[in-house]
Amino acid sequence: MSTVTTDICIIGAGPVGLFAVFEAGLLKMKCHVIDALPQVGGQLSEIYPKKPIYDIPGFPTILAGDLIKNQMDQIAPFHATFTLGERVETLDKQEDGSFKVTTSEGTEVFCKVVVIAGGLGSFEPRKPAIDNLTNYEGGKGVNYMILDPEYYRGKRVVLAGGGDSALDWAIFLADIAEELTLVHRGTTFRGAPESAAKVASLAEEGHMRLLLKSNVTEVHGEGQLNAVTVVPDGGEAFQIETDYFIPLFGLVPKLGPLENWGLELEKSAIVVNTFDYSTNIPGVYAIGDINTYPGKLKLILCGYHEAALMAQSAYSIINPDKKFVLKYTTVNGVPTM
Amino acid sequence: MQEDITVYVENPAGAREAVPVPTDMGLSLMEALKAHEFNIQATCGGMALCATCHVELLESPELPEPSDDELYMLENLPDQRPGSRLSCQIKVTPELDGAVLRVMADFE
Repeated sequence: MSTVTTDICIIGAGPVGLFAVFEAGLLKMKCHVIDALPQVGGQLSEIYPKKPIYDIPGFPTILAGDLIKNQMDQIAPFHATFTLGERVETLDKQEDGSFKVTTSEGTEVFCKVVVIAGGLGSFEPRKPAIDNLTNYEGGKGVNYMILDPEYYRGKRVVLAGGGDSALDWAIFLADIAEELTLVHRGTTFRGAPESAAKVASLAEEGHMRLLLKSNVTEVHGEGQLNAVTVVPDGGEAFQIETDYFIPLFGLVPKLGPLENWGLELEKSAIVVNTFDYSTNIPGVYAIGDINTYPGKLKLILCGYHEAALMAQSAYSIINPDKKFVLKYTTVNGVPTM
Repeated sequence: MQEDITVYVENPAGAREAVPVPTDMGLSLMEALKAHEFNIQATCGGMALCATCHVELLESPELPEPSDDELYMLENLPDQRPGSRLSCQIKVTPELDGAVLRVMADFE
Protein backbone atom coordinates (compact mmCIF):
# COMPACT_ATOMS: atom_id res chain seq x y z
CA MET A 1 0.00 0.00 0.00
CA SER A 2 1.31 3.46 -0.87
CA THR A 3 0.16 7.03 -0.35
CA VAL A 4 0.46 9.81 -2.92
CA THR A 5 -0.30 13.49 -2.54
CA THR A 6 -0.80 15.51 -5.71
CA ASP A 7 -2.82 18.32 -7.27
CA ILE A 8 -4.83 16.28 -9.76
CA CYS A 9 -5.59 12.56 -9.74
CA ILE A 10 -6.35 11.38 -13.26
CA ILE A 11 -8.23 8.09 -13.53
CA GLY A 12 -7.37 6.52 -16.87
CA ALA A 13 -4.04 6.49 -18.72
CA GLY A 14 -5.46 6.55 -22.23
CA PRO A 15 -4.68 9.29 -24.76
CA VAL A 16 -7.07 11.76 -23.17
CA GLY A 17 -5.83 11.10 -19.63
CA LEU A 18 -2.24 11.57 -20.81
CA PHE A 19 -3.12 14.80 -22.60
CA ALA A 20 -4.76 16.02 -19.39
CA VAL A 21 -1.33 15.60 -17.77
CA PHE A 22 0.11 17.86 -20.47
CA GLU A 23 -2.55 20.57 -20.13
CA ALA A 24 -2.27 20.48 -16.33
CA GLY A 25 1.51 20.59 -16.63
CA LEU A 26 1.40 23.74 -18.73
CA LEU A 27 -0.35 25.32 -15.76
CA LYS A 28 2.20 23.83 -13.35
CA MET A 29 -0.21 21.45 -11.69
CA LYS A 30 1.12 18.04 -10.54
CA CYS A 31 -0.67 14.90 -11.71
CA HIS A 32 -0.91 11.30 -10.55
CA VAL A 33 -2.42 8.85 -13.05
CA ILE A 34 -4.14 5.57 -12.13
CA ASP A 35 -5.12 2.82 -14.56
CA ALA A 36 -6.43 -0.71 -14.09
CA LEU A 37 -4.32 -1.91 -17.00
CA PRO A 38 -0.65 -2.67 -16.39
CA GLN A 39 0.54 -0.22 -19.06
CA VAL A 40 -0.34 3.28 -20.23
CA GLY A 41 -2.37 3.88 -23.38
CA GLY A 42 -5.77 2.47 -22.49
CA GLN A 43 -7.54 0.71 -25.34
CA LEU A 44 -4.95 2.04 -27.82
CA SER A 45 -2.26 -0.05 -26.17
CA GLU A 46 -4.45 -2.92 -24.99
CA ILE A 47 -6.72 -3.51 -27.96
CA TYR A 48 -5.34 -2.00 -31.13
CA PRO A 49 -1.71 -0.77 -30.85
CA LYS A 50 -1.05 -1.54 -34.52
CA LYS A 51 -4.18 0.11 -35.92
CA PRO A 52 -3.63 3.35 -37.83
CA ILE A 53 -5.54 6.45 -36.71
CA TYR A 54 -6.28 9.10 -39.31
CA ASP A 55 -7.95 11.95 -37.42
CA ILE A 56 -5.21 13.27 -35.17
CA PRO A 57 -4.33 16.81 -36.29
CA GLY A 58 -0.82 17.00 -37.70
CA PHE A 59 -0.57 13.26 -38.31
CA PRO A 60 -2.02 12.11 -41.65
CA THR A 61 -1.73 8.65 -40.17
CA ILE A 62 -0.29 7.34 -36.93
CA LEU A 63 -0.34 3.93 -35.28
CA ALA A 64 -2.23 3.90 -31.98
CA GLY A 65 0.84 2.62 -30.14
CA ASP A 66 3.02 5.37 -31.62
CA LEU A 67 0.53 8.04 -30.59
CA ILE A 68 0.79 6.88 -26.99
CA LYS A 69 4.59 6.81 -27.18
CA ASN A 70 4.59 10.37 -28.53
CA GLN A 71 2.23 11.50 -25.80
CA MET A 72 4.50 10.00 -23.14
CA ASP A 73 7.40 11.98 -24.65
CA GLN A 74 5.21 15.08 -24.65
CA ILE A 75 4.41 14.84 -20.92
CA ALA A 76 7.92 13.88 -19.84
CA PRO A 77 8.78 17.43 -18.67
CA PHE A 78 5.96 17.32 -16.13
CA HIS A 79 7.10 14.20 -14.23
CA ALA A 80 3.66 12.78 -13.64
CA THR A 81 3.53 9.73 -11.38
CA PHE A 82 1.62 6.54 -12.18
CA THR A 83 -0.16 3.71 -10.42
CA LEU A 84 -0.77 1.01 -13.03
CA GLY A 85 -2.49 -2.36 -12.73
CA GLU A 86 -4.78 -1.17 -9.94
CA ARG A 87 -8.45 -0.38 -10.30
CA VAL A 88 -9.87 2.70 -8.58
CA GLU A 89 -12.47 1.60 -6.04
CA THR A 90 -13.57 4.55 -3.91
CA LEU A 91 -13.72 8.33 -4.03
CA ASP A 92 -14.04 10.07 -0.67
CA LYS A 93 -14.51 13.79 -0.23
CA GLN A 94 -12.46 15.17 2.66
CA GLU A 95 -13.61 17.88 5.09
CA ASP A 96 -11.50 20.54 3.36
CA GLY A 97 -13.08 19.77 -0.03
CA SER A 98 -10.16 17.71 -1.30
CA PHE A 99 -10.43 14.02 -2.21
CA LYS A 100 -9.02 10.65 -1.27
CA VAL A 101 -8.98 8.13 -4.11
CA THR A 102 -8.37 4.50 -3.13
CA THR A 103 -7.44 1.64 -5.44
CA SER A 104 -8.09 -2.11 -5.33
CA GLU A 105 -4.58 -2.62 -3.92
CA GLY A 106 -5.04 -0.02 -1.19
CA THR A 107 -3.06 2.80 -2.82
CA GLU A 108 -4.37 6.14 -1.53
CA VAL A 109 -4.13 9.32 -3.57
CA PHE A 110 -4.85 12.62 -1.85
CA CYS A 111 -5.68 15.40 -4.30
CA LYS A 112 -7.64 18.59 -4.81
CA VAL A 113 -9.14 17.62 -8.16
CA VAL A 114 -10.17 14.29 -9.68
CA VAL A 115 -10.35 13.84 -13.45
CA ILE A 116 -12.09 10.74 -14.74
CA ALA A 117 -10.70 9.84 -18.17
CA GLY A 118 -11.80 6.23 -18.02
CA GLY A 119 -12.67 5.71 -21.68
CA LEU A 120 -14.73 2.57 -22.05
CA GLY A 121 -14.57 1.92 -18.30
CA SER A 122 -12.86 -1.09 -16.82
CA PHE A 123 -12.90 -4.46 -18.54
CA GLU A 124 -14.77 -7.13 -16.63
CA PRO A 125 -15.48 -10.80 -17.39
CA ARG A 126 -18.41 -11.49 -19.70
CA LYS A 127 -20.76 -13.73 -17.73
CA PRO A 128 -23.10 -16.32 -19.22
CA ALA A 129 -26.80 -15.91 -18.44
CA ILE A 130 -27.12 -18.67 -15.85
CA ASP A 131 -29.50 -18.29 -12.91
CA ASN A 132 -27.81 -18.12 -9.49
CA LEU A 133 -24.34 -17.97 -11.04
CA THR A 134 -23.40 -14.99 -8.89
CA ASN A 135 -24.35 -16.95 -5.75
CA TYR A 136 -21.22 -19.05 -6.25
CA GLU A 137 -18.79 -16.19 -6.85
CA GLY A 138 -16.25 -15.16 -4.23
CA GLY A 139 -14.64 -18.51 -3.42
CA LYS A 140 -17.76 -20.65 -3.69
CA GLY A 141 -16.85 -22.41 -6.92
CA VAL A 142 -17.39 -19.97 -9.80
CA ASN A 143 -14.39 -18.00 -11.04
CA TYR A 144 -13.99 -15.95 -14.20
CA MET A 145 -10.23 -15.93 -14.45
CA ILE A 146 -7.41 -18.16 -13.33
CA LEU A 147 -4.89 -16.28 -11.25
CA ASP A 148 -2.96 -19.24 -9.83
CA PRO A 149 -3.42 -22.60 -11.58
CA GLU A 150 -2.04 -24.41 -8.52
CA TYR A 151 -5.26 -23.46 -6.76
CA TYR A 152 -6.97 -26.13 -8.88
CA ARG A 153 -4.50 -28.95 -8.23
CA GLY A 154 -6.37 -32.18 -7.51
CA LYS A 155 -9.77 -30.51 -8.04
CA ARG A 156 -12.58 -31.17 -10.48
CA VAL A 157 -12.87 -28.28 -12.94
CA VAL A 158 -15.33 -27.41 -15.71
CA LEU A 159 -14.18 -24.73 -18.16
CA ALA A 160 -16.51 -23.11 -20.69
CA GLY A 161 -15.60 -21.11 -23.77
CA GLY A 162 -14.03 -21.42 -27.19
CA GLY A 163 -11.39 -18.72 -27.36
CA ASP A 164 -7.65 -18.77 -26.79
CA SER A 165 -8.08 -18.33 -23.08
CA ALA A 166 -10.28 -21.43 -22.74
CA LEU A 167 -7.89 -23.49 -24.89
CA ASP A 168 -4.74 -22.31 -23.12
CA TRP A 169 -6.09 -22.99 -19.66
CA ALA A 170 -7.52 -26.35 -20.68
CA ILE A 171 -4.04 -27.40 -21.80
CA PHE A 172 -2.44 -26.06 -18.63
CA LEU A 173 -4.98 -27.53 -16.21
CA ALA A 174 -5.05 -30.96 -17.88
CA ASP A 175 -1.93 -31.85 -15.86
CA ILE A 176 -3.06 -30.16 -12.67
CA ALA A 177 -6.78 -30.80 -12.16
CA GLU A 178 -7.99 -34.20 -10.99
CA GLU A 179 -10.78 -34.04 -13.56
CA LEU A 180 -11.11 -31.46 -16.32
CA THR A 181 -13.97 -30.78 -18.73
CA LEU A 182 -14.05 -28.14 -21.46
CA VAL A 183 -17.55 -27.24 -22.67
CA HIS A 184 -17.79 -25.38 -25.95
CA ARG A 185 -20.91 -24.30 -27.77
CA GLY A 186 -19.37 -24.71 -31.23
CA THR A 187 -17.72 -27.55 -33.10
CA THR A 188 -14.49 -25.78 -34.00
CA PHE A 189 -12.06 -23.47 -32.25
CA ARG A 190 -10.90 -20.24 -33.80
CA GLY A 191 -8.07 -19.88 -31.30
CA ALA A 192 -4.48 -20.78 -32.18
CA PRO A 193 -4.70 -23.96 -34.34
CA GLU A 194 -1.90 -25.67 -32.42
CA SER A 195 -3.80 -25.09 -29.15
CA ALA A 196 -6.99 -26.52 -30.63
CA ALA A 197 -5.05 -29.57 -31.86
CA LYS A 198 -3.45 -30.03 -28.44
CA VAL A 199 -6.83 -29.91 -26.70
CA ALA A 200 -8.20 -32.49 -29.13
CA SER A 201 -5.29 -34.84 -28.51
CA LEU A 202 -5.49 -34.39 -24.73
CA ALA A 203 -9.16 -35.34 -24.94
CA GLU A 204 -8.42 -38.39 -27.12
CA GLU A 205 -5.75 -39.51 -24.66
CA GLY A 206 -8.20 -39.22 -21.78
CA HIS A 207 -6.48 -36.35 -19.98
CA MET A 208 -9.59 -34.20 -20.22
CA ARG A 209 -13.17 -34.36 -21.39
CA LEU A 210 -14.17 -32.21 -24.38
CA LEU A 211 -17.88 -31.49 -24.85
CA LEU A 212 -18.59 -29.75 -28.16
CA LYS A 213 -21.96 -28.33 -29.28
CA SER A 214 -22.86 -28.10 -25.60
CA ASN A 215 -23.75 -25.41 -23.09
CA VAL A 216 -23.57 -25.14 -19.32
CA THR A 217 -27.07 -24.03 -18.38
CA GLU A 218 -27.34 -24.47 -14.60
CA VAL A 219 -25.13 -24.48 -11.52
CA HIS A 220 -25.92 -26.45 -8.36
CA GLY A 221 -24.82 -26.73 -4.75
CA GLU A 222 -25.78 -25.80 -1.19
CA GLY A 223 -23.70 -22.67 -0.64
CA GLN A 224 -20.74 -24.24 -2.48
CA LEU A 225 -20.80 -25.34 -6.10
CA ASN A 226 -20.88 -29.13 -6.54
CA ALA A 227 -22.33 -29.67 -10.03
CA VAL A 228 -23.26 -28.06 -13.33
CA THR A 229 -25.90 -29.00 -15.87
CA VAL A 230 -24.72 -29.42 -19.45
CA VAL A 231 -27.12 -29.44 -22.40
CA PRO A 232 -25.79 -30.88 -25.67
CA ASP A 233 -27.24 -29.38 -28.85
CA GLY A 234 -30.43 -31.35 -29.49
CA GLY A 235 -29.62 -33.84 -26.72
CA GLU A 236 -30.58 -34.65 -23.13
CA ALA A 237 -29.33 -32.50 -20.27
CA PHE A 238 -26.97 -34.14 -17.79
CA GLN A 239 -25.02 -33.10 -14.71
CA ILE A 240 -21.30 -33.08 -14.09
CA GLU A 241 -20.08 -33.07 -10.49
CA THR A 242 -17.40 -30.42 -10.12
CA ASP A 243 -15.61 -28.25 -7.59
CA TYR A 244 -15.14 -25.27 -9.93
CA PHE A 245 -16.91 -23.81 -12.93
CA ILE A 246 -14.84 -21.28 -14.88
CA PRO A 247 -16.61 -19.53 -17.77
CA LEU A 248 -14.02 -17.92 -20.07
CA PHE A 249 -16.00 -15.75 -22.49
CA GLY A 250 -13.71 -12.75 -22.76
CA LEU A 251 -14.04 -9.27 -21.32
CA VAL A 252 -16.67 -6.61 -21.65
CA PRO A 253 -16.27 -2.94 -20.71
CA LYS A 254 -18.24 -1.72 -17.68
CA LEU A 255 -18.28 1.48 -15.68
CA GLY A 256 -17.24 -0.44 -12.57
CA PRO A 257 -17.12 1.04 -9.07
CA LEU A 258 -17.48 4.68 -10.19
CA GLU A 259 -21.12 3.82 -10.88
CA ASN A 260 -21.62 4.14 -7.12
CA TRP A 261 -19.88 7.46 -6.53
CA GLY A 262 -22.98 9.63 -6.80
CA LEU A 263 -22.14 10.92 -10.27
CA GLU A 264 -25.01 11.83 -12.57
CA LEU A 265 -25.08 9.13 -15.24
CA GLU A 266 -26.87 8.68 -18.53
CA LYS A 267 -26.62 5.41 -20.44
CA SER A 268 -23.42 4.37 -18.67
CA ALA A 269 -21.72 7.72 -19.28
CA ILE A 270 -21.05 10.63 -16.90
CA VAL A 271 -23.08 13.76 -17.51
CA VAL A 272 -20.89 16.89 -17.65
CA ASN A 273 -21.19 20.64 -18.04
CA THR A 274 -19.59 21.57 -21.35
CA PHE A 275 -18.34 24.84 -19.86
CA ASP A 276 -15.48 22.96 -18.22
CA TYR A 277 -16.43 19.25 -18.29
CA SER A 278 -17.18 19.27 -14.58
CA THR A 279 -19.54 16.66 -13.14
CA ASN A 280 -22.29 17.12 -10.55
CA ILE A 281 -19.62 16.63 -7.83
CA PRO A 282 -17.61 19.87 -7.49
CA GLY A 283 -13.92 19.17 -8.09
CA VAL A 284 -14.59 16.05 -10.15
CA TYR A 285 -14.32 16.26 -13.95
CA ALA A 286 -15.00 13.67 -16.65
CA ILE A 287 -13.32 13.88 -20.06
CA GLY A 288 -13.11 11.67 -23.12
CA ASP A 289 -15.29 8.71 -24.05
CA ILE A 290 -16.63 8.28 -20.53
CA ASN A 291 -18.66 11.51 -20.51
CA THR A 292 -21.81 12.58 -22.29
CA TYR A 293 -23.42 15.88 -23.24
CA PRO A 294 -25.59 17.13 -26.10
CA GLY A 295 -23.58 16.75 -29.29
CA LYS A 296 -20.95 14.47 -27.76
CA LEU A 297 -18.57 12.87 -30.25
CA LYS A 298 -16.47 9.97 -29.04
CA LEU A 299 -13.27 11.02 -30.74
CA ILE A 300 -9.79 11.27 -29.26
CA LEU A 301 -9.42 14.84 -30.50
CA CYS A 302 -12.64 15.88 -28.74
CA GLY A 303 -11.22 14.43 -25.53
CA TYR A 304 -8.10 16.56 -26.03
CA HIS A 305 -10.25 19.69 -26.24
CA GLU A 306 -12.11 18.65 -23.11
CA ALA A 307 -8.80 18.15 -21.28
CA ALA A 308 -7.72 21.71 -22.10
CA LEU A 309 -10.90 23.27 -20.76
CA MET A 310 -10.87 21.01 -17.71
CA ALA A 311 -7.34 22.12 -16.85
CA GLN A 312 -8.28 25.81 -16.86
CA SER A 313 -11.17 25.14 -14.51
CA ALA A 314 -9.11 22.88 -12.25
CA TYR A 315 -6.50 25.66 -12.00
CA SER A 316 -8.98 27.88 -10.22
CA ILE A 317 -9.69 25.15 -7.65
CA ILE A 318 -6.03 24.41 -7.01
CA ASN A 319 -5.00 28.11 -7.09
CA PRO A 320 -8.04 29.93 -5.71
CA ASP A 321 -6.10 33.15 -5.17
CA LYS A 322 -4.46 33.33 -8.59
CA LYS A 323 -5.98 34.72 -11.73
CA PHE A 324 -5.84 32.35 -14.69
CA VAL A 325 -4.03 33.78 -17.71
CA LEU A 326 -3.94 31.75 -20.91
CA LYS A 327 -0.35 31.36 -22.10
CA TYR A 328 0.48 30.11 -25.56
CA THR A 329 3.21 27.49 -25.89
CA THR A 330 4.41 29.32 -29.03
CA VAL A 331 5.29 32.26 -26.79
CA ASN A 332 6.27 30.62 -23.53
CA GLY A 333 7.42 27.16 -24.61
CA VAL A 334 6.76 24.25 -22.29
CA PRO A 335 7.51 24.95 -18.63
CA THR A 336 9.37 22.32 -16.60
CA MET A 337 8.36 21.06 -13.20
CA MET B 1 -30.23 9.19 -54.84
CA GLN B 2 -30.86 5.80 -53.21
CA GLU B 3 -33.98 5.59 -51.08
CA ASP B 4 -34.06 4.30 -47.54
CA ILE B 5 -34.43 0.62 -46.87
CA THR B 6 -36.29 -0.80 -43.88
CA VAL B 7 -34.99 -3.30 -41.37
CA TYR B 8 -37.16 -4.71 -38.60
CA VAL B 9 -36.03 -5.03 -35.00
CA GLU B 10 -37.85 -7.61 -32.90
CA ASN B 11 -38.09 -6.90 -29.18
CA PRO B 12 -38.21 -9.58 -26.43
CA ALA B 13 -42.03 -9.51 -26.52
CA GLY B 14 -41.96 -10.44 -30.21
CA ALA B 15 -43.12 -7.08 -31.58
CA ARG B 16 -41.28 -5.79 -34.63
CA GLU B 17 -40.30 -2.17 -35.13
CA ALA B 18 -39.68 -0.87 -38.64
CA VAL B 19 -36.41 1.07 -38.86
CA PRO B 20 -35.73 3.17 -41.95
CA VAL B 21 -32.05 3.24 -42.87
CA PRO B 22 -30.36 5.25 -45.63
CA THR B 23 -28.12 3.29 -47.99
CA ASP B 24 -26.14 6.20 -49.38
CA MET B 25 -24.18 7.13 -46.25
CA GLY B 26 -21.83 4.15 -46.00
CA LEU B 27 -23.29 3.18 -42.62
CA SER B 28 -22.78 -0.09 -40.86
CA LEU B 29 -25.85 -1.75 -39.38
CA MET B 30 -24.42 -0.93 -35.93
CA GLU B 31 -24.25 2.77 -36.74
CA ALA B 32 -27.79 2.75 -38.09
CA LEU B 33 -29.18 0.97 -35.02
CA LYS B 34 -27.24 3.24 -32.69
CA ALA B 35 -28.60 6.31 -34.47
CA HIS B 36 -32.10 4.99 -33.77
CA GLU B 37 -31.14 4.64 -30.08
CA PHE B 38 -31.40 0.89 -29.82
CA ASN B 39 -29.62 -0.77 -26.90
CA ILE B 40 -26.23 -0.95 -28.59
CA GLN B 41 -23.13 0.34 -26.84
CA ALA B 42 -20.62 -0.38 -29.61
CA THR B 43 -17.88 0.57 -27.23
CA CYS B 44 -15.00 -0.45 -29.48
CA GLY B 45 -16.25 1.85 -32.22
CA GLY B 46 -16.89 -0.86 -34.77
CA MET B 47 -13.69 -2.90 -34.79
CA ALA B 48 -15.25 -6.28 -33.91
CA LEU B 49 -13.54 -6.16 -30.55
CA CYS B 50 -16.23 -5.82 -27.90
CA ALA B 51 -19.38 -7.59 -29.20
CA THR B 52 -21.65 -5.00 -27.59
CA CYS B 53 -23.34 -4.64 -31.01
CA HIS B 54 -24.23 -8.35 -31.21
CA VAL B 55 -27.44 -9.00 -33.17
CA GLU B 56 -29.28 -12.15 -34.18
CA LEU B 57 -30.49 -12.08 -37.78
CA LEU B 58 -33.84 -13.85 -37.97
CA GLU B 59 -34.53 -13.16 -41.63
CA SER B 60 -32.01 -11.67 -43.98
CA PRO B 61 -30.58 -11.98 -47.44
CA GLU B 62 -27.31 -13.80 -47.98
CA LEU B 63 -24.61 -11.59 -46.50
CA PRO B 64 -20.86 -11.65 -47.01
CA GLU B 65 -19.15 -14.24 -44.79
CA PRO B 66 -17.97 -12.94 -41.41
CA SER B 67 -14.26 -12.16 -41.18
CA ASP B 68 -12.02 -14.22 -38.91
CA ASP B 69 -12.02 -11.35 -36.40
CA GLU B 70 -15.81 -11.39 -36.25
CA LEU B 71 -15.99 -15.18 -36.02
CA TYR B 72 -13.44 -15.22 -33.22
CA MET B 73 -15.45 -12.69 -31.24
CA LEU B 74 -18.74 -14.49 -31.87
CA GLU B 75 -17.21 -17.77 -30.79
CA ASN B 76 -16.30 -16.16 -27.48
CA LEU B 77 -19.88 -15.14 -26.72
CA PRO B 78 -21.84 -17.27 -24.27
CA ASP B 79 -25.09 -16.45 -26.08
CA GLN B 80 -24.07 -17.00 -29.69
CA ARG B 81 -26.94 -18.21 -31.89
CA PRO B 82 -27.04 -19.55 -35.45
CA GLY B 83 -27.89 -16.09 -36.84
CA SER B 84 -25.45 -14.19 -34.64
CA ARG B 85 -23.50 -11.36 -36.24
CA LEU B 86 -21.69 -8.25 -35.07
CA SER B 87 -23.74 -5.42 -36.55
CA CYS B 88 -20.62 -3.27 -36.86
CA GLN B 89 -19.35 -5.67 -39.54
CA ILE B 90 -22.48 -5.51 -41.73
CA LYS B 91 -22.63 -2.76 -44.31
CA VAL B 92 -26.06 -1.27 -45.00
CA THR B 93 -26.81 -2.04 -48.66
CA PRO B 94 -30.09 -2.14 -50.60
CA GLU B 95 -30.00 -5.96 -50.35
CA LEU B 96 -30.53 -5.68 -46.59
CA ASP B 97 -34.05 -4.33 -47.13
CA GLY B 98 -36.60 -6.29 -45.09
CA ALA B 99 -34.10 -7.97 -42.80
CA VAL B 100 -35.40 -8.90 -39.34
CA LEU B 101 -33.10 -8.94 -36.35
CA ARG B 102 -32.87 -8.96 -32.58
CA VAL B 103 -30.56 -6.72 -30.55
CA MET B 104 -28.96 -9.27 -28.26
CA ALA B 105 -28.36 -6.85 -25.42
CA ASP B 106 -32.15 -6.77 -24.98
CA PHE B 107 -32.20 -10.52 -24.42
CA GLU B 108 -29.47 -10.75 -21.79
